[in-house]
Amino acid sequence: MPSPHTHGHDVGERLLVHRHTAIHRLPAEVKTVAMVSFILIVVFTPPEQFWAFGVYALMLAAVARAALIPAKIILPRMLVEVPFVLFAVLMPFFGTGDTVEVFGITMYTAGLLAAWNILIKGTLGVVASILLAATTPARDLLLGLERLRVPTLLVQIAAFMLRYMHVVTDEMGRMKLARDARGFTATGIRSWPVIAQSAGALFIRSYERGERVHLAMLSRGYTGRLPRLDNAVTLRSDWVKSMMLPAGALIVAVTATVVQP
Amino acid sequence: MTTPPSLLIDSLAFAYPDGHQALFGVHLRVNRGERVALLGPNGAGKTTLVLHLNGLLSGGVGTVSVAGLAVEPENYPEIRRRVGVVFQDPDDQLFMPTVRDDVAFGPANAGVTGAELDAAVSSALDAVGMLDFADRPPHHLSFGQRRRVALATVLVMRPEILVMDEPSSNLDPASRRELADIVRSLDITLLMVTHDLPYALELCPRSVILSDGVIVADGPTREILLDEQLMTRNRLELPFGFDPRNISSPT
Repeated sequence: MPSPHTHGHDVGERLLVHRHTAIHRLPAEVKTVAMVSFILIVVFTPPEQFWAFGVYALMLAAVARAALIPAKIILPRMLVEVPFVLFAVLMPFFGTGDTVEVFGITMYTAGLLAAWNILIKGTLGVVASILLAATTPARDLLLGLERLRVPTLLVQIAAFMLRYMHVVTDEMGRMKLARDARGFTATGIRSWPVIAQSAGALFIRSYERGERVHLAMLSRGYTGRLPRLDNAVTLRSDWVKSMMLPAGALIVAVTATVVQP
Repeated sequence: MTTPPSLLIDSLAFAYPDGHQALFGVHLRVNRGERVALLGPNGAGKTTLVLHLNGLLSGGVGTVSVAGLAVEPENYPEIRRRVGVVFQDPDDQLFMPTVRDDVAFGPANAGVTGAELDAAVSSALDAVGMLDFADRPPHHLSFGQRRRVALATVLVMRPEILVMDEPSSNLDPASRRELADIVRSLDITLLMVTHDLPYALELCPRSVILSDGVIVADGPTREILLDEQLMTRNRLELPFGFDPRNISSPT
């Protein structure tokens, strides 16, 4: 097995884990649909059916295995979830109603269940997204969204973000160098205004660049629609393959809802 | 019957909405196949003039026409095909995910598709020596390579007139020379906005000076560069040690 590596060092493709597997080869739009449906099904599953979430996790593990994405790549990336679920961790400590004692700490049952609900569903969604991003080049994702008839405006915004993220982070890096070169060191709260001003300047510069890019686009006949540049055909068998994941999840969810205590 | 000039600007005046007037009646005629340098100090109105050539700015007084076609809103699609503007910062010009997509952007907007589009893209990239980079994202290229791709994105439209804004800025000497070689190899009308006077002498037999919103000089590049009074009046200076007399004229 080749060691995991990412191609290039560019921001847009940093998430892609380059491998040659059936999952990498699937068209982006079928993977996107499969991921979104999977997440929706997970969200609609009753939280008290703990076993169902175990099955979902196993399903994602199977996908990760088939795509040759090891846990040591997935786990660090899951950290993006932390700020979003932080408040979920506090939920068991506030509320009313029944309480339980865990290791001598009193917690509210309702809050505990709500926290579990957010935590597990959030985590499964994040892992599913990580798998999609790790197996699909960013540009293909955009083409996939286009084929799914996502409004072109949204696709265009995402495409520009992808293209200019690098330019803007470079600019940010240069501004930081220029600050440091003049003896600035970030020391606590008193340096915040400088950082804030830099952020403001970066915003203005990016905004002005946006205007220049728009002029350049108009110069080449832009009329509000980006031309469709690919004509790949999606096979029915690709749809069947990738919908296996949400189909399996659907069976689990229906079972979990029906046998609800 | 004579062919209409590639570019004809008549009494063009323009003020920005904030009241700042940038152009005060510009007259300029560029015949087909001419290579003309547009010189002038910062703030002379050069960029404003360029943006008028394909209707990105309008609403002032006077007319602009490209190969006989007036720059009017109803003609914008054809005008923007005829006028190929290469902007100064290639990162502004190259906005698509890959070089190939970017070069295809203009012709695709004009309705070209399929094999014809592929052939046009390949030939434009070949003309600037960037065919091998077609599938690379623009930000993985060097600055000089990006500027060459930017040139390809307008060449692919087979423009009547090529307008380049500061083509030699930020290029290392080798990239600068490579770009000059490419420009010379093209059989095309060129209007080149530049502060790089040796570059103007190298590439453009004729130069015009735009100063305070009017054309104050129009003549052979060598004569203009040798007119010390004219140069000083318009804040133009030759680089240290550069003497146009020692260099043979461009043809």
